Amino acid sequence: MRQTTRTVAALAAMVLAGGLAGCGSADASGSAGAGTVTLSLVAYSTPQAAYKKIIKAFQATPAGKNVKFKESYGASGDQSRAVDSGLKADVVAFSLEPDITRLVKDGLVASDWNSGQYRGMVTDSVVVIATRKGNPKHLRTWDDLLGDGIQVITPNPFTSGGARWNVLAAYGAKSDKGADKAAGVAYLRELFPHVAVQDNSARASLQTFVNGKGDAMLAYENDAIFAQHNGQALDYTVPDDTILIENPVAVTRNSEHPTEAKAFLDFLLTPTAQKIFAENGYRPIVQGVGGPGFPTPAKLFTIKDLGGWTALNKDFFDANSGVMAGIEQRLGVATSAAPSPAK
Amino acid sequence: MGTGLGVGTAVLYLSLIVLIPLAAVVWRAGGQGIGYVWQAIRTPDSWAALELTLVASVIVALVNVVMGTVIAWVLVRDRFPGKAIVDMLIDLPFALPTIVAGLVLLALYGANSPLHVNLAYSEAGVVVALLFVTLPFVVRTVQPVLLELDRDMEQAAYSLGAGQWVTFRRIILPNLAPAMLSGAGLAFTRSIAEFGSTVLISGNIPFKTQVAAVNVAGRIESDNLTGAAAVSTALLLVAFVVLIMLDLVQRWAGRRD
Repeated sequence: MRQTTRTVAALAAMVLAGGLAGCGSADASGSAGAGTVTLSLVAYSTPQAAYKKIIKAFQATPAGKNVKFKESYGASGDQSRAVDSGLKADVVAFSLEPDITRLVKDGLVASDWNSGQYRGMVTDSVVVIATRKGNPKHLRTWDDLLGDGIQVITPNPFTSGGARWNVLAAYGAKSDKGADKAAGVAYLRELFPHVAVQDNSARASLQTFVNGKGDAMLAYENDAIFAQHNGQALDYTVPDDTILIENPVAVTRNSEHPTEAKAFLDFLLTPTAQKIFAENGYRPIVQGVGGPGFPTPAKLFTIKDLGGWTALNKDFFDANSGVMAGIEQRLGVATSAAPSPAK
Repeated sequence: MGTGLGVGTAVLYLSLIVLIPLAAVVWRAGGQGIGYVWQAIRTPDSWAALELTLVASVIVALVNVVMGTVIAWVLVRDRFPGKAIVDMLIDLPFALPTIVAGLVLLALYGANSPLHVNLAYSEAGVVVALLFVTLPFVVRTVQPVLLELDRDMEQAAYSLGAGQWVTFRRIILPNLAPAMLSGAGLAFTRSIAEFGSTVLISGNIPFKTQVAAVNVAGRIESDNLTGAAAVSTALLLVAFVVLIMLDLVQRWAGRRD
């Protein structure tokens, strides 16, 4: 018995030592061959197809000839937190500005990241109302969504940072761009009883919708186009008043290859790259690059019009005092007393 | 000396893999004082999620302790064609990524259910997902004990005139009880922390179907790590208390025999 214990312990010690030695040697072999540079791109998941093509186009230019890429895609907030906790990145691309602001606060991205011509943004999109093919229930405006028995799908704004665009699009549209806060909040209060499912991410919401749940889904235009490209039977309407979604990119301050990273960032704003974005459903931020056209909503507004992310996150999405926390709570109390609306 | 080395290895390993990470969670929660922790737990949406999670987990543990024992019994005592295959199937919920389990359950019991059972986006959906994920725990803890159970004791009871029910209650059950309890404990603790399988089928509606693990994910997304750690600490505490209680019940039952 004693003998066995000792053997087991010895084995365990060997495994531990071996593991540590393994880690050490892995580090040493990480550097790339002569002349080539490897950039690490950490991005949110939706533009993956676009970035694959853009990287190829970049590598065909003189500036990108010797640049290789290590790409990582995932939920925007998760990716931002990973970089914040030490994931190596040269270029970061997120779905909303607060995910960059997090890195600015911790000194990982320069505070003048948004000082360029396009304020650090690389693509635009808008919040649209996606419906079943042919729009059988004629849902085109924000008011249509409040119709009798209409079910709306939108992710939970507390578990999905991206879902906050949807909430703020509805709020901005009904509050005259934030001027009449009470009217906007009143609309949200009427809208959310129609929301039968609040998935934890935009991707999960799309899944729920194409599986047959709901009459309408609040979505980003590029996501709706992406779904159509993938053969999903859905249509979408761009409401007259909706929010402009702006997606930021930045170079990190601790990048080992700042010249190449900056060159890639510049390339993202060239007509070539912008056209690829457009072909993948994003609105190009540089005008006149060709590719598919996008309808301009009559009354488009921006996050800045509504007061900016910092103030909005506090006002709307604070778990204790936020407007949405209150709405969800009222809803919970109401639904536990009344028959479930999910039927 | 040998034993000392063994214990040392065990403690070191446990510390690195389990104790230090758990302590870090509690530490993170306590960073702003115990009052803050309590406040974070009492935030209405977190409190509602905790309530749902605990109630669902108790139901799941109770149902699976009965059904798991029945399945273990059938697998050990009965003979039927395909038994080996059924025995293998039991472990499959372990092998499946729980998010896939959620997706499959949604397809089966959702809006377009081929079985015409619509449980999706309701509390019942949460319970079904948890039942699926935790069934193997009870089966696999009860099964080996049943295999080892001395059939002579049962024969003796029957020959002394005891009926089937009395034999089950006085002979078999006391022998199985410890395994059933630990199986129930595992199923319960797994349930309170489950994320993947419940996140899709629950519909994630705060105050209605949002479970604690998803609520924690929301706290993290809102950059409220302390709140996330606080809710997690509440789950850890509940699991800890339940495991201690199960242990006490076992000791008490053991002394009574």
